Amino acid sequence: MTDDRVIAREDLDALFDALHRCGYTVVGPTVRDSTIRLAEIAGTRDLPAGVTDEQEAGRYRLAQREDAALFGFNLGPDSLKRWQLPPDRTVWRARRKPDGELTDFSTDARSGPAGMPDRIAYIGARACELHARAILERVLLGGNHPDPELRERADALIVIAVQCGEAGPTCFCASMGAGPKVTSGYDILLTELLDADHHVFIAATGSVRGEELLAEVPTRRAGSEELAAARATPARAAEQIQRKLDADWVKELLYAHLEHPEWESVAQRCLTCGNCTMVCPTCFCTSVEDVTDLTGEQVERRQQWDSCFAVDHSYMHGGGPARQSARSRYRQWMTHKLASWDDQFGTSGCVGCGRCITWCPVGIDITEEAQAIGAVTHGPARATPAKED
Amino acid sequence: MLTLAQEIAAAEVFAGLAPEYLDLITGCGQNVHFDAGVILQREGDPADVFYLIRRGSVALEVHHPGAEPIRILTEGPGEPVGWSWLFEPYRWHLDARTIQPCSLIALDGACLRGKCEQDPALGYELMRRFARCLVERLEATQFQLLDVYGNARVGV
Amino acid sequence: MLASASDTATASAGPLVPAPFRLLAKRRETADTWTLELEPRHGTPLEFAPGQFTMISRGGCGEVPISISGDPDEPERLVQTVRAVGLATSALCEAEPGEVLSVRGPFGTAWPLEEAEGADVVIVAGGIGLPPLRGAVLRMLAQRERYGRLVLLYGGRAPDQLLFGEQIQQWREQGLEVLITVDSAGPEWIGHVGVVTRLIGRAGLDASRVLAMTCGPEVMMRFVVATLADTGVQSDRIHVSIERNMQCGIGVCGHCQLGPVLVCRDGPVFRYSEVERWMRVREL
Repeated sequence: MTDDRVIAREDLDALFDALHRCGYTVVGPTVRDSTIRLAEIAGTRDLPAGVTDEQEAGRYRLAQREDAALFGFNLGPDSLKRWQLPPDRTVWRARRKPDGELTDFSTDARSGPAGMPDRIAYIGARACELHARAILERVLLGGNHPDPELRERADALIVIAVQCGEAGPTCFCASMGAGPKVTSGYDILLTELLDADHHVFIAATGSVRGEELLAEVPTRRAGSEELAAARATPARAAEQIQRKLDADWVKELLYAHLEHPEWESVAQRCLTCGNCTMVCPTCFCTSVEDVTDLTGEQVERRQQWDSCFAVDHSYMHGGGPARQSARSRYRQWMTHKLASWDDQFGTSGCVGCGRCITWCPVGIDITEEAQAIGAVTHGPARATPAKED
Repeated sequence: MLTLAQEIAAAEVFAGLAPEYLDLITGCGQNVHFDAGVILQREGDPADVFYLIRRGSVALEVHHPGAEPIRILTEGPGEPVGWSWLFEPYRWHLDARTIQPCSLIALDGACLRGKCEQDPALGYELMRRFARCLVERLEATQFQLLDVYGNARVGV
Repeated sequence: MLASASDTATASAGPLVPAPFRLLAKRRETADTWTLELEPRHGTPLEFAPGQFTMISRGGCGEVPISISGDPDEPERLVQTVRAVGLATSALCEAEPGEVLSVRGPFGTAWPLEEAEGADVVIVAGGIGLPPLRGAVLRMLAQRERYGRLVLLYGGRAPDQLLFGEQIQQWREQGLEVLITVDSAGPEWIGHVGVVTRLIGRAGLDASRVLAMTCGPEVMMRFVVATLADTGVQSDRIHVSIERNMQCGIGVCGHCQLGPVLVCRDGPVFRYSEVERWMRVREL
């Protein structure tokens, strides 16, 4: 939109102040329990300054950086999903009259669990996060029956994105066309520039709201060297990406190999814990339960995140689950993400953020599984284990 | 009304047989009529006669002591009743009972069996056709065993 | 933004909030199956197309998807036939007239009644699979002249578990050919005994004229489809109603996936050729 501006490190708190003045709760990365989580933060002092993360399949550790970068790490287990689709919410609460009629429905977001504010500014979104946000919005709100509460949440959200300057070992956003460069979907985009002499953020705006916000922050025009450095930032991250997945080919590959022996092999390792679905920024499965008080007068329908790894996920009324084996449940997750999502919603369900790889307790790697299914089709089939769990 | 020969030629189990074989089978056949509720054959009886249904229907039942017979299958017009006449030990496995007044063609299975021994081409044709009946029966039995209506679906 | 704000206003209750329906009458169909007749508590009839379903619940006992078994030309009455197999369905069957139940919907796709015009329509129903087809039968009989032969092949477990006995007799008089079979029966039953697929051969169908609709347990539908295919009916002329774990009804909870389809949103009625590949995969 307008020309890129420069915010000095010490002026970045003015952005928080502006958001707070407009009534926004700022959510961003912060260190909790030796992990970079997303939580409400007050200002730059809550950001993980000088902290980085070391990630590999099944491994996550924090480490100190040699500099004081505020965004010198990759993604933690949380994603914007927590605010787009809260993990536990009351979809309605009602009073039950003696004849059974439910009345006095309240669906107000504030009736949900405590601590779930409804006007959120998210600072620190990476390219993959923005793509994930769009995918999840398409799932939740793109159909014929959008949920008004979730619509409100989506519309109220302000996004302050950050360009990645480094890629983590589990990242594969480039393969999924979801990064590392942020190109759209933000109100303000920050690129952190840091050397011995200065620490600044190049700020671009992507919306009128973003422009209005940035006007509240002391800035100066960006110089051409700074602009060049900003442009080089995501390019540097792109060069560091190690993992790959052939997104053009994976859908047909998986559909063609629903009975591939690799599913059995991965089932031998998979604990069906569902971690991958919890950390995935697009996994959207939820289940509902009705909760009544002791008198039966107050009824509440609660919606909670669910996982296709839970055996009851595919429960058939009057029968058992359609997907009983670990093999079928892993296959469901992976083929949904990389293949059937496209048929269901017109987009891939994967942005290549790598969270599912990092947070899998046994280090199952979706990119490796895709390769295994692709590779074995050209070579001898692996022995099929005699036993299924 | 079709003649005995036409009725036999039109039955799916005999359709397309060479004319001389159809003549031979017709020669072994005889029109018979039964009231409803008549036992045509009993489990364990020698299987020397089988039937082709012209009108009415015939139930195959399993008898067990202390309870009503269990009706496991019904056969209708154009369908044969019984294949045990063609397979050793040539004894009926089930009771067969008319459930309506029936017009049937009774066929002399013992005689046909003898012809099959003498003419392997006829034997092959009949074996092939009745084996198909057996396969269909086996598949239907498997389906029946699933008891699919017992626990599936609630109303969607 | 403005457009979405006004959309929000018109749908302010949201798709997850149920509407109240008063139970007017209930009729026992079999030992465990009841037909419930409901009317909207606040006026608006629930217009639906035969094949669609609602999410229905009785005050806090959990919500279940149930096909509408009523007459589409009488939307002021919501008719649902429910088999008690779990908590939520048992609670529904135990509701007494006068009580108010909670209903969302209608959701999902409908039987292809327009496409079926001119065809010989063969309806193959198994067990509790008949109620989802009842609305289609009623609509086709109301427009009898638009269709060729109308044939209902209905299979059940035993004679005392067959639904809609008297109505089926009326349908016969209105031009529906009906063949009924049960898996097993005692000697008092003079009808067919055997699996429902055997009725297909007995119906004397001209495969080139047939459009088939089938609903029942998934295993049964697979056998039905295979038998229809044997008689020469193409899989794009066969429509099936599929059951999966439908929880939201609007395609956002993820439970009812069958490969590329969300059964609650893209179904429950599918052209068989569209789902054939996926129904064949075990544990999909």
